[in-house]
Amino acid sequence: MAKIKGAVVIDQERCKGCEVCVVTCPPQTLALAADVNSKGYHFSYAANPETCIGCSNCAVVCPDGVITVYKVKIG
Amino acid sequence: MAEITFNDIIKPENLTYKKSKLMTDNVMHYCPGCGHGTAHQVLAEVLEEENLQERTVGITPVGCSVLMYNYIDVDFQEAAHGRAPALATAVKRLMPDKFVFTYQGDGDLAAIGTAETIHTCNRGENILILFINNGIYGMTGGQMAPTTLEGMKSSTSPYGRDISMMGSPIKMADIVAMLPGTCYVTRQSVNTAGGVRKLKKAIKKAVQYQNEKRGTCFIEVVSNCPSGWKMTPVESNKWMEENMFLFYPLGDIKVPAEK
Repeated sequence: MAKIKGAVVIDQERCKGCEVCVVTCPPQTLALAADVNSKGYHFSYAANPETCIGCSNCAVVCPDGVITVYKVKIG
Repeated sequence: MAEITFNDIIKPENLTYKKSKLMTDNVMHYCPGCGHGTAHQVLAEVLEEENLQERTVGITPVGCSVLMYNYIDVDFQEAAHGRAPALATAVKRLMPDKFVFTYQGDGDLAAIGTAETIHTCNRGENILILFINNGIYGMTGGQMAPTTLEGMKSSTSPYGRDISMMGSPIKMADIVAMLPGTCYVTRQSVNTAGGVRKLKKAIKKAVQYQNEKRGTCFIEVVSNCPSGWKMTPVESNKWMEENMFLFYPLGDIKVPAEK
């Protein structure tokens, strides 16, 4: 069966840590980091990158457009 | 088969979603989680996909989104407080081939600009009015707006909005839907991915109707104001679903007949 693997690239310096992408992510790939960026925000990062399905929900709801999504079909 | 690595996926041919090219690289001044940012992204995506960059004139309001011209790379004109529909009328009448939209908050559209909004919709000007309704005056510090819900606390209604003293919240979309000049009136939201995708479809329809000269299109976006509501962005989205959507139900209010 064809499987879909996704990957997200997050511009962590522009992320404001609003957490909207984290609650929107269906497979719970994303989480807020314990570290902060130069503005002092806990930026979003892919905590479980292997679970990403490339659905783009996180990028669509991101108010600051910091997320870029890639998707590939394997198998 | 070898395990696929992160670097194998991050390739231009696998790109699924990227910020619209029309969005500039300026960092938005909006608070974290503000619906304005999402609404800007959707609007820019539609303008890019419909190839409208060269023939769009946007009218910015007074409010949080006053600096919108810094973020979307199309032509903009700043209007006096509440007067965006009047200015849009002038732009559209002088340059009928342009795609003209106004982007207004609830203080701009539903308070100081009520007269302009209603008369523009009544005349049926061929423009798109994007109305961001977050039920509060965000920029000036969370004062009560005409759209503030009953019992909702704001800095000028600290005990909650009292209907006997301050009147009821105003449903602008329902009011303009009654006017003969409007062709398409809908209420959408930007709190979930599905909501954002529906809003995108609504804006695309509005572009089509404006090209067909069908009349005024009015899209209300029920949005959040985490700072003004004194909540985290996630809490504010939840509160919006539980309270705002009851009074401002989502969906199409007026749809024109198909040609």
